[in-house]
Amino acid sequence: MRYLPKSQSEREEMLASIGVQSVDELFQSIPEKFRLKTPLPLPGPLSEMEIIQYFQARAAENSQGYTSFLGAGVYQHLRSVVTDALVQRGEFLTSYTPYQAEFAQGTLTAIFEFQTLMSQLTGQEVANASMYDGSTALTEAVLMAERLTDRHKVLIARSVHPEYRQVLATYAKNLGLEIEEIGYTPSGQLDRSSLTAEKLAGVGAVVVQSPNFFGVLEELPGLADAAHAAGALLVTCITEPVSLGIVRPPAEADIVAMEGQAFGVSPSYGGPYVGVIATREKFVRQMPGRLAGQTTDAAGRRGFVLTLATREQHIRREKATSNICTNEALYALVATIHLTLMGKEGLREVALQNLAKARFAQAELEKIPGVRRVFSGPTFNEFVLEFPRSVKMINSALLRVKIVGPFALGTHYPELTKRALICVTETMPRTEIERFVAATKKILESPV
Amino acid sequence: MYPKDYRYTKEHEWIKVDGAIGTVGITDYAQSELGDVVFVEVPKVGTQLKGGQSLGTVESVKAVSEIFTPVSGEVTETNPALHDAPEKINSDPHGSAWLVKLRLADPKEVSSLMDAAAYEAYIADKAKEH
Amino acid sequence: MSSKFTEIESSAPAIRKVRPHPNQNEGLIFERSAAGKRGMEIPPLDVPAVDPVAALGREFVRDGIEGFPEVSEIEVIRHFTRLSTWNYAIDLGMYPLGSCTMKYNPRVNEFVARLDGLATEHPEQPGEISQGCLRILWDLQNCLLAVTGMDAATLQPAAGAQGELAGLLMIRAYLASKGNPRKKVLIPDSAHGTNPASVVIAGYEVQNIRSNARGQIDTDHLREFVTDDVAALMLTNPSTLGVFEERIAEIAEILHSKGALLYMDGANMNALAGVTRPGDFGVDVMHLNLHKTFSTPHGGGGPGSGPVMVKKILEPFLPIPVVVKKENGQFALDQNRPQSIGRVRAYCGNFGVLLRALAYTLAYGPGIRKATEDAVLNANYIRKNLEEYFDLPYNLPSMHEVVFSDARQKRNGVNTMDMAKRLIDYGFHPYTTAFPLIVPGAMMIEPTESESKIECDLFIDAMRSIAAECDENPDLVKTAPHSTRVGRLDEVAAARKPILRWKP
Repeated sequence: MRYLPKSQSEREEMLASIGVQSVDELFQSIPEKFRLKTPLPLPGPLSEMEIIQYFQARAAENSQGYTSFLGAGVYQHLRSVVTDALVQRGEFLTSYTPYQAEFAQGTLTAIFEFQTLMSQLTGQEVANASMYDGSTALTEAVLMAERLTDRHKVLIARSVHPEYRQVLATYAKNLGLEIEEIGYTPSGQLDRSSLTAEKLAGVGAVVVQSPNFFGVLEELPGLADAAHAAGALLVTCITEPVSLGIVRPPAEADIVAMEGQAFGVSPSYGGPYVGVIATREKFVRQMPGRLAGQTTDAAGRRGFVLTLATREQHIRREKATSNICTNEALYALVATIHLTLMGKEGLREVALQNLAKARFAQAELEKIPGVRRVFSGPTFNEFVLEFPRSVKMINSALLRVKIVGPFALGTHYPELTKRALICVTETMPRTEIERFVAATKKILESPV
Repeated sequence: MYPKDYRYTKEHEWIKVDGAIGTVGITDYAQSELGDVVFVEVPKVGTQLKGGQSLGTVESVKAVSEIFTPVSGEVTETNPALHDAPEKINSDPHGSAWLVKLRLADPKEVSSLMDAAAYEAYIADKAKEH
Repeated sequence: MSSKFTEIESSAPAIRKVRPHPNQNEGLIFERSAAGKRGMEIPPLDVPAVDPVAALGREFVRDGIEGFPEVSEIEVIRHFTRLSTWNYAIDLGMYPLGSCTMKYNPRVNEFVARLDGLATEHPEQPGEISQGCLRILWDLQNCLLAVTGMDAATLQPAAGAQGELAGLLMIRAYLASKGNPRKKVLIPDSAHGTNPASVVIAGYEVQNIRSNARGQIDTDHLREFVTDDVAALMLTNPSTLGVFEERIAEIAEILHSKGALLYMDGANMNALAGVTRPGDFGVDVMHLNLHKTFSTPHGGGGPGSGPVMVKKILEPFLPIPVVVKKENGQFALDQNRPQSIGRVRAYCGNFGVLLRALAYTLAYGPGIRKATEDAVLNANYIRKNLEEYFDLPYNLPSMHEVVFSDARQKRNGVNTMDMAKRLIDYGFHPYTTAFPLIVPGAMMIEPTESESKIECDLFIDAMRSIAAECDENPDLVKTAPHSTRVGRLDEVAAARKPILRWKP
């Protein structure tokens, strides 16, 4: 077998050295009745070519050749081949967590750069080395706020990604954390008027997303003031961080949770992605996840090490800030490489293209009779439109012309049936936008 | 080495009593076991504690040590120097690296603690165990 | 900086594994930045441009990203290539890290994960155009069920720790459905740190139980400890000492007789795959670490994937969505599960990692047992050849890993961490130090099946040479490593005054 580097004679030499006749003797400590007598009924073994064939066949059963207008937390963006060329280097791909700093300086330096980029983008003072994804980063950010304020009530906007709210609920259930949802106004933003002194009493965190699930930007400075006045922290989450190329960063937030998938990580049917938490320096000891810190060796050379490990499970065990161990290091590296390729101006230019294409698509779609803008607040690359028919029906018809239609909001918001969330990024050619508009128009014109 | 007017606990805390106020810290033995101290966390001023309850933690790079209050009382002062210079615990554990001052709830509790001679004997025994 | 490693007298071929790391004076990418440089250019805009201030309002627009790097494509390639040369990796040599299972990461897995039609799929796209992805999940699920002998699975958890949490939440939901969720979870003192941390998040109390003199669960103590307040025992099997829990059937019986469940941390599955199945010896719920047993790459710390396998009784509580096959043969993600514990993360899981694990399993097929046999063979070969040199605290049969201690070398003032650092000079990554906690000065060694006899021999020679150095020249070991780009780094300063980002 090509992954096993021993010849049969070498195996025999080694068994002789140990002093046993066969390898079966090395499994004697397993009670006999539990030792399998026949091989497992697994498919295979397959050669490399057969493995490729299997997966190519699976790929052909998916969405190749379709154009998609889905966003809703996962975004199609341009990525350079340089990224894969670098992360496929064995020294990055196949290396371990950098606990032994002296010969993991490659990984540690890159983590330090990632932490810096995330801080710069979010306007926060420090960032960690990654969480699993945006949904768990948000959950951990809320738990962090709970520890910092010692308050066990959380207010969360309904316009935060529905699956993110579900994850928070799963974690919060057994931790005595009370979660209350706050609605939105016709602008699509959090209803500030409901943040009364009474509602905020005993609240540890006010949680919003910006751009939110409806694609609308939240007014963070005002929300921060309201939260702080009541002794609460403002926790904000970002699922589309390309927005940070032109949108003002959430510097007023106390803790920022972000999904970094948009930075060069393929959509890959849901994962792996890369979450991150950024916050103020004074909160760093309550932050979960690994941290790389700068230091020197005895000769004064600069180097980097994992630091503040006493927050983590391998030392603090049941008192740790989180149970996280393995994170998304390789994808943090992907994001780091992607962002350094993009640079300051590249990220800005991509963000501007997203804005322009989304506005173009929106204007064209709104020309169709019966199609109406829903929210009045400012949007980046996603927006919500109301349609005269069920979104599900429209999307079925779109699928027949190889278009993956927008996200039907009625799935998660019963009051928002016939409304869909459309995402347009820099990857969408104008011709495809026009094709989508024409197809939608045709569908809506045809008899029901 | 171990000031004669201090009292000591089995968990290696010391207390120096001055009327109704007790100053608490960790002993030289504790700091040498811990190694280089990087961070100290103590309860806020005003916290009420019963003898034996947690008085916070002292951290080295690879370990966290919980500190316990030798006696019951209310925290009246915490040591500001330790925030910027936690290494004082290694260099001056019995002096400038005090952790908190307590208003004693029951001064009689102090008499059940070890004196310097008893503590020195206690840690000598511990050294033999190693 | 001179290289001070000793010349080794060895019967092995004269292979010098060590090479000094290129001493590039490579700084941080920010230090190479200059205004106006670009690494990536994108196609021109084909719709009318929009002024962001006009579109969003002044208050929503940022004034540039301060300090963000501006470099060219070649500088990015050189920077990260140079950084990569400062790392050790499986592609370079053995990582004898106990309980990490640092095995070969097959390259075909990387190739298939990047296929157009797999890497490109959006998790919210309709089921009709996702059948390929869903079939991959279904096939993997079946493979994992076959390997573990369990009844149902979730592929959602992003790592072992998250799998632990999901498993514990399912235990709680199950017990709650029977009227009492109970209060405590028992954890052996040899457990990995994520175990107690996960227990607390699940809302349970941790109760530590001491291992017996054989490093195993003391079944008499267990009988005492398992009361009606105990929800489960979290067990790693083989233990973190690399030893199979010989009384596993009894352990399961004790728990079940009191209505408690047996959770198995599957981190050490590399000793069991194809040889025995946890479902057969009484495990009710367990997680797997695909980045260990199933070869998915560690990537410097992640990603991982921690699928959880359960017995039928826990199936109703699985996180949503669950991968199902409908009567018409189509695959789907089932969200309609009223007793589910909910989601532990967005979307269905780390699909890219799950895909790689399937590619690995398909390569072996039923022959996966051979990998397990080679892993156990390598560990025992190394043990046999080092037993005379290092203290073996628990003299029990080792499976895929062996745990020595630094007791002998301690007499010369050298500890496990020192020896681990010296191992770097011999071209190896250190073994796991200071874990499990029940072995003071632990040296946990797991070679995996990916190591050839030559590599094992080189490792044995290196360790024997270090043992000799501990007698003859302990300072050389205490000040190691000598051959790396940087020496031992000041972790104390890093923790006292943390510098966590670059500033101009």
